[in-house]
Amino acid sequence: MKVIKIDKAQFADGYKALQKVYKLFGPVKEKAFYNFKELVDGRQADLSFQNTRLSPKSIVFPQSEDMFTYTLDEASKDANQLKPVPEKNESRAVIGIRPCDAKAISLVRMNFDTQEYKDPYWLNLFNATTFVGLACDSPCQSCFCTTAGCGPYHEDGLDILLSDQTDHFLAKELTDKGAKLMKAAGWKTKATAGLEDKKKTAESKITAKISTDNLSGADTLALYNANFWEDASFACINCGTCTFVCPTCWCFDIQDEVHAKNGKRMRNWDSCMFPIFTVHTTGHNPRETKLHRVRQRFMHKLKYFVDKYEKGIMCVGCGRCVSQCPVNIDIRKISELMNKQASKNICAVQK
Amino acid sequence: MDNPYLPYSVRIDEIITESEDRSLKTFKFVFLNSEDEARFAYQAGQFAELSIAGKGEIPIGIASSPVEKGFIKFTVNKAGVVTSHLHNMKTGDIMGVRGPLGNCYPWEKLEGKNVLIVGGGFAFTTLRSSIIYMLDSANRPKFKDITVVYGARTPGMLLYKDELIEWEKRDDINVHITVDGTDDPSWKYNVGFVPPITEQKAPQGNEDSYAIVCGPPIMIKFTQPVLEKLGYDHNHIILSLENRMKCGIGMCGRCNIGRELVCKDGPVFSLSEVNQTPREY
Amino acid sequence: MITYSNKIKEIAKRLLKECRAEMVIGFRKGSIPMMNEPCFVRTDEQADDLVWDSHCGINLANYLTSRDEKIAIVAKGCDSRNIVNHIVENKINREQLYIIGVPCQGMVDKRKILAQTEGEVLQITETENGQITVKSANGEKTFSKSDVIQQNCSVCIQPNPVLYDEMVADPVQGQTDIDQFADVRALEAMSTEEKRAYFDELLAPCIRCYACRNACPLCYCPTCFVDESKPQWLGKSQDIMDIKTFHFLRAYHCAGRCTDCGACERACPVGINMRILTKKLNKDCLDLYDWQAGMSIDKRPALDVYQTNDPEKFIK
Repeated sequence: MKVIKIDKAQFADGYKALQKVYKLFGPVKEKAFYNFKELVDGRQADLSFQNTRLSPKSIVFPQSEDMFTYTLDEASKDANQLKPVPEKNESRAVIGIRPCDAKAISLVRMNFDTQEYKDPYWLNLFNATTFVGLACDSPCQSCFCTTAGCGPYHEDGLDILLSDQTDHFLAKELTDKGAKLMKAAGWKTKATAGLEDKKKTAESKITAKISTDNLSGADTLALYNANFWEDASFACINCGTCTFVCPTCWCFDIQDEVHAKNGKRMRNWDSCMFPIFTVHTTGHNPRETKLHRVRQRFMHKLKYFVDKYEKGIMCVGCGRCVSQCPVNIDIRKISELMNKQASKNICAVQK
Repeated sequence: MDNPYLPYSVRIDEIITESEDRSLKTFKFVFLNSEDEARFAYQAGQFAELSIAGKGEIPIGIASSPVEKGFIKFTVNKAGVVTSHLHNMKTGDIMGVRGPLGNCYPWEKLEGKNVLIVGGGFAFTTLRSSIIYMLDSANRPKFKDITVVYGARTPGMLLYKDELIEWEKRDDINVHITVDGTDDPSWKYNVGFVPPITEQKAPQGNEDSYAIVCGPPIMIKFTQPVLEKLGYDHNHIILSLENRMKCGIGMCGRCNIGRELVCKDGPVFSLSEVNQTPREY
Repeated sequence: MITYSNKIKEIAKRLLKECRAEMVIGFRKGSIPMMNEPCFVRTDEQADDLVWDSHCGINLANYLTSRDEKIAIVAKGCDSRNIVNHIVENKINREQLYIIGVPCQGMVDKRKILAQTEGEVLQITETENGQITVKSANGEKTFSKSDVIQQNCSVCIQPNPVLYDEMVADPVQGQTDIDQFADVRALEAMSTEEKRAYFDELLAPCIRCYACRNACPLCYCPTCFVDESKPQWLGKSQDIMDIKTFHFLRAYHCAGRCTDCGACERACPVGINMRILTKKLNKDCLDLYDWQAGMSIDKRPALDVYQTNDPEKFIK
């Protein structure tokens, strides 16, 4: 894999070249927070950010996305028949996505790209996008990527990994898609140094941990029925903040909206924290209490997903839910409770 | 790329009001494009999303049987936004059907076995599909004894009355119809809830017997101990579950019970599988 | 603050021991700077987790809705006003409650600290004389607490609980001569077009997570109007009209009930000051009916009573 050196002075020119070929997205500061936005009118990504408020998942999974359009006009021969919205497949690139957020996209792919069904909306956007990562040299206190199957220089899900070297970037080409983007930008100076030293330093800075080592072997029902859930879920107000800011949460709702005779079927992000997420038409709700819903969220991320795919946990350690939960429910604490409970079960089995 | 969210366009060919309170209607659909029928190849126990432009979609078990050709049928209880609208639609109206979705009853395992079918209320739809499938002359030799226990609140709430009468007359299927109660003096079938009638009428279970149970949660709850008493193994008790669904293809995330997605890994599970989940249904 | 915390622990243990309460609702120390977690305690040992400092901004009245236990609850001024609301609206009985009153000196606005600090905030400490010291990745900085408290705290008229069974300390001096509604008057002075633009910009970042609604003790409807499906009152997408409808209607549902506790704004992950909407209605209730919510359990809310001299100019 090639490593290219990009002088920061060359960056602007590369940007201009890229903007001719790609629709670009990158982190920009708006008011108090950084977020990923489409970079229009020559705007550049602000790569001095630490973490964005929302994850960049909306680039491939918009919060609201049209799926079909239709007319209810009975005079039309197509009345009441759904027409898929045109595919969005113009080339796009995300500049500065963090390795954790990129890994999250490859986890979410397992949901949308299955053997039986392919979600065309998610996959079209995913396939059209080149992911240019920015390694994370000053991780936040609430980050725990290194114990979540990820890391500040993790490459899974990326096409290029950039490392900031003060006056220049080192760019590691990871895929053909990445090589194509480097070519389009005109960045081609071969680097002599690698990324290894900075990688080790960055990893050593991450001290927060998530504990999950006992969970894959644990008894699901024992975890489910553990007695800590009442205490752990008490503070929860059942807002959707944790799920909406999470890069790995993919749940959605499908809605029809009609204006005059013109309708559309669309999908919107949904959240397992909301009571209506699971309520039946009869009013019966299988996850009736906040205890049920909080437990569902953590069991899904740390147990059900682990068992279903055998690819680790459904969390990359980005720390957003930890820092943004309005009532300080902390996945690191919950994982520890779950992991301890699981170790108790293992002991019980051995007896 | 095939779009799994795109329904097949269908025309409502016939609407049959099934119940005296008019809350249950059976809709017979024909595909607008005849080649869609082959794409919709299904097995008994599967469901589909009925799609109405402007209203949304609703997951409903397929009531027609794979051996019936040229149409598909669904029996729909009037409850929410989509089903209420559907009940007001007319023959000839255009809508959509998306599927078939989910797994089916375990037909490979059921072959060569005695099959007991226990149904209650309007959950009888996929059981009707199964009975028609098994009674088809090409299929009947594949199964041993077939017993059906089916109950509704009142005689007027029973589905598929003509077919029930026909099955009653046959000697290759034992049908036990029951109602919770009736003041009709001419009612000549059973009176009582499904679980006790099952206990009285159903054959003993053994390694050669399977029971398929479909009905309201309370019926399932009280039928389970009866089947255990009759000797049915948890692996041989087959349930069909319902949860709120949107996508029907395992992606939108709401219908899971633990690791299992009711829409894609189910809706059909054995009781022993269900017992390993948190039973959030 | 340490004295408050110790006193709360002591009272909690006594109440649990004497069976005056089955559970005590309060705060425990958070896992990250400037955050505490609402919690309940049922034992002596758990009671040692209870803390009080300037990061207890979540309104604990929210945790009382429709509970049936005997509950002791830690309450600052605004929490107590919302407890009054809850009692008046029959969401909890006065007899079930033992209110542990906390004289409040204002809650720190996390966002003000973050905006004025270089680098990530690692630790925050507070002295008894109102100095806040922030240790960040880039060094240390000291603030005067009055400069970094939540905006609603800086215009608070009721820092002491209006209803309590026991206080953890002597009441603090309330603020006098404060201009509660300067921001609302600025809004009122705008033209229709300016208001539209202002609201569009205000609410553009909304992601409809409903943290504002769910953090609000007033929003206890079993099914919120945004969640109704028969009929469905509004769409669920990111359409700005639907977003505005949610925020405006929610504010109206809170008219005459809102205590300006700030829980909504504090909970918002994207930093929207939706309080400007509820405050406008608070001002109207004050101007029109001389009414402020949650001050007494003996009075019916402004929009719950009719008097012959009620102003009616706005009925057209």
